Amino acid sequence: MADPALEIRDLRKSFGALRATDGVTLDLRPGEIHALIGPNGAGKSTLIAQIAGGLRPDSGSVRLFGRDVTALGAPARARMGLARSFQISSLAGEFSALRNVMLAVQARAGTSFRFLRPTRGDRRLTEPAMAALARVGLADRAEVPAALLSHGERRRLELALALAMEPRLFLLDEPMAGLGAEGSRELTGFLSELRREAPILLVEHDMDAVFALADRISVLEAGRVIASGSPAEIRADAGARRAYLGDSS
Amino acid sequence: MSGISPLSFALLLEQLLNGLQLGVMLFLMAAGLTLIFGVMGVINLAHGSLYMIGAFACAAVAAATGSYWLGLGAALAAAAAAGALIEATILRRLYGRDHLEQVLATFALILIISEGTRWIFGGFPLFLDVPPLLQGAAPLPGGGAYPVYRLAIIGVGAAAALGLHLLISRTRLGMRIRAGESDREMIGALGVEIGRLYTLVFALGAALAGLAGGMIGALQSVQVGMGEPMLILAFVVIVIGGIGSIWGALVGAVLVGVVDTMGRFLLPKAFALAWPPSEASAMGAAVASLLIYLLMAVILALRPQGLFGAASR
Amino acid sequence: MKSLSSASPREAAANLAILALLILGPWAALSAGHPFYVTLATKAAILALAATGLHLALGLGGLVSFGHAAFFGLGGYAAGILAAHAGSGEALILGWAGSREILTMILAAMGLALLAALPIGAISLRTSGVYFLMITLAFAQMIYYFALSWPAYGGDDGLSFRRGIFPGLNSARPLPYFWICLGALLIGLALFQILRASRFGTALEATRQNPQRVEALGIEPFGLRLTAFALSAMMVGAAGALFANLNRFASPSMLSWQMSGELIVLILLGGRGRLLGPTAGAVLFVAMEHVLGGWTERWQFFLGLAVLGVAVFARGGLLGLIAGGRRDG
Repeated sequence: MADPALEIRDLRKSFGALRATDGVTLDLRPGEIHALIGPNGAGKSTLIAQIAGGLRPDSGSVRLFGRDVTALGAPARARMGLARSFQISSLAGEFSALRNVMLAVQARAGTSFRFLRPTRGDRRLTEPAMAALARVGLADRAEVPAALLSHGERRRLELALALAMEPRLFLLDEPMAGLGAEGSRELTGFLSELRREAPILLVEHDMDAVFALADRISVLEAGRVIASGSPAEIRADAGARRAYLGDSS
Repeated sequence: MSGISPLSFALLLEQLLNGLQLGVMLFLMAAGLTLIFGVMGVINLAHGSLYMIGAFACAAVAAATGSYWLGLGAALAAAAAAGALIEATILRRLYGRDHLEQVLATFALILIISEGTRWIFGGFPLFLDVPPLLQGAAPLPGGGAYPVYRLAIIGVGAAAALGLHLLISRTRLGMRIRAGESDREMIGALGVEIGRLYTLVFALGAALAGLAGGMIGALQSVQVGMGEPMLILAFVVIVIGGIGSIWGALVGAVLVGVVDTMGRFLLPKAFALAWPPSEASAMGAAVASLLIYLLMAVILALRPQGLFGAASR
Repeated sequence: MKSLSSASPREAAANLAILALLILGPWAALSAGHPFYVTLATKAAILALAATGLHLALGLGGLVSFGHAAFFGLGGYAAGILAAHAGSGEALILGWAGSREILTMILAAMGLALLAALPIGAISLRTSGVYFLMITLAFAQMIYYFALSWPAYGGDDGLSFRRGIFPGLNSARPLPYFWICLGALLIGLALFQILRASRFGTALEATRQNPQRVEALGIEPFGLRLTAFALSAMMVGAAGALFANLNRFASPSMLSWQMSGELIVLILLGGRGRLLGPTAGAVLFVAMEHVLGGWTERWQFFLGLAVLGVAVFARGGLLGLIAGGRRDG
């Protein structure tokens, strides 16, 4: 079997007395969707920040595609093929949707130090960017400033940015948040296709989506993985139910 | 330098005390700036103007009444009142806005206050005498003597540092200040009337600057433009010490005061070992003027958040 | 809101008016027998170039440098030092005795500004926000004090020299020198617009709006910011060389913190994020200085009130008022 795309070993991070990440070990294999669930305050955001490179762990290691990246920052990990979406949409608000995605295209190409040629009308940027926008259904909103898009449209623009990076691994932080039932169903269908392009580490509160999509589920509580397995196994796990599924029966 | 004679030891001690005294002035400036930034998130370029207001108030009232002490009281009151006024009429509108607008507004305040002061007091500097109580010199170990007034300034600085520490760690006001520093929304939740707290903190910071300005009047001429060099040095202090930290302000201020003073004293002498005297003194002075900025650069390179800065920037 | 590279019709009209005023005003003034206004317009054009340079860092990159007087002054001293050596014949570097060519002075000014900007930027950009502001201010102050205490080139007296020469134009006369400075401004504005529209400009503007996003896309903001800081310093340095040539004097006051503050004021007065914002600010500033100065000795007081009014009430600056609506960027 191929190397895991992502391998986290015994990751620890404390803020004062709070152990936000307390010895987390998990991995993401090619072609799969691995969902990470847990109650608020379980340490999901801290863990994601350590995977993406925004936060250094106190100890433990993060490996991307077989290479230890624990000491690397977020940009270096992104260049290795890790694309993340943010829980709260994080875009260049003054730029149009198209220009946001064009930025992702130029970042992928590593051409941000070109000073003369205007980006507007540069087909090497606009064509891949429009393609990514079309895939998420935003083609007709390309010229709208990101700050003026609706919440759902901004979530989709987040995805378009990730797509335009042509990544080898997606790290999606609550992509369903605030989408409503219809939007969540649409996105669920989209993600189940997307896993063929690159594996997905999915942090999500929407349990319908998680159980429909995930090949494996890990339950995080108080900074630890208390259960990990197939959706069926997690459904049957008493600890997981108590911690998160809110099932008192 | 080999063979330090007793005389040069006394001279060295005197320069060290001069550095400490400059450090005290810088601490009073930096403490107010850092407090205001910590609580309200405002960068106040007009802090040097509050220092100048203190100096002018002290010199003018002392000249009119003949009492230095009344002058010093006036310095505190005038600076605090000016600070409260600025906070309540202008800065309050700029909280939560871009720092750039705060910069623009407080830069405009420098122009207004400087020119306004020149309007009222004319273009000539004012002078202030050391009060009789603090005239004379105290003997130093090693045979030298040191002005009592400067020693008193050092004492006031130590008292102000202790007072601020007690205020912040022991009082209700201090609790609110600490709450405000950690979370501006939380103090709203605590039911503190934020507007009053902000005005009070601003007035307190301004009073510290006014105190420094009032005290300096007996050592230097009081003139328009005296505040901004102190403001910029206070920025260096804050960068070195870490913003929002009173301890950082204290350590940074003493460090800057001593390094600057000792550099100006020692570097020309050190250069004289290798170059002819006239060149050495010019070069020594030039290099000495760079010293604190080099110190700042080195500290920044090692610890971008400053010596006592907590959070990452 | 509208797409960012096109100006609204009203802003476009204002832009045309500003340029027309700058180009035709001195001409008209000279024919009407008021050569003084040519010098005033020259000063406005030079300050506009300097503010446009700072605008690269401050407007596009969001880098609020309160230390760009350092580069303005260094540019001025570069010009003065070259002229002084050319006058005395004393070798400056490697047997080269300076130059009286304004173009050479501008190149030297840009080079010196670059040399200073790289270390200052590299250290200052380890921080951001108000720290960056305080640190850049401190570094500029360091250079200011150094210039004051370094006696070789005038110390606190500054450095007087003869205005440099320019191929094909009699630069000693007001109008030709104005054309030179106006040409420099137009080149500066074109460079600003080209950079802004480029991939570099896109990435730089994105770091201002959302550095976290830029990092997540795989771009290091530091390199973009340092490049912007250096380019900005070079443009300001060129303006400094022209300013010193205008006054025939490189003065330590060009390095002062007031100068740094003034450059920021020019940008915000005119309208941040707009191509001609700094130019509008410079024209307005020089006009106000002249009108208020003729009216009262206390003109700085009223200038302060006007700037305060802009800070509190007119957040988009002059062009923002004209074009309607605020624009960040």
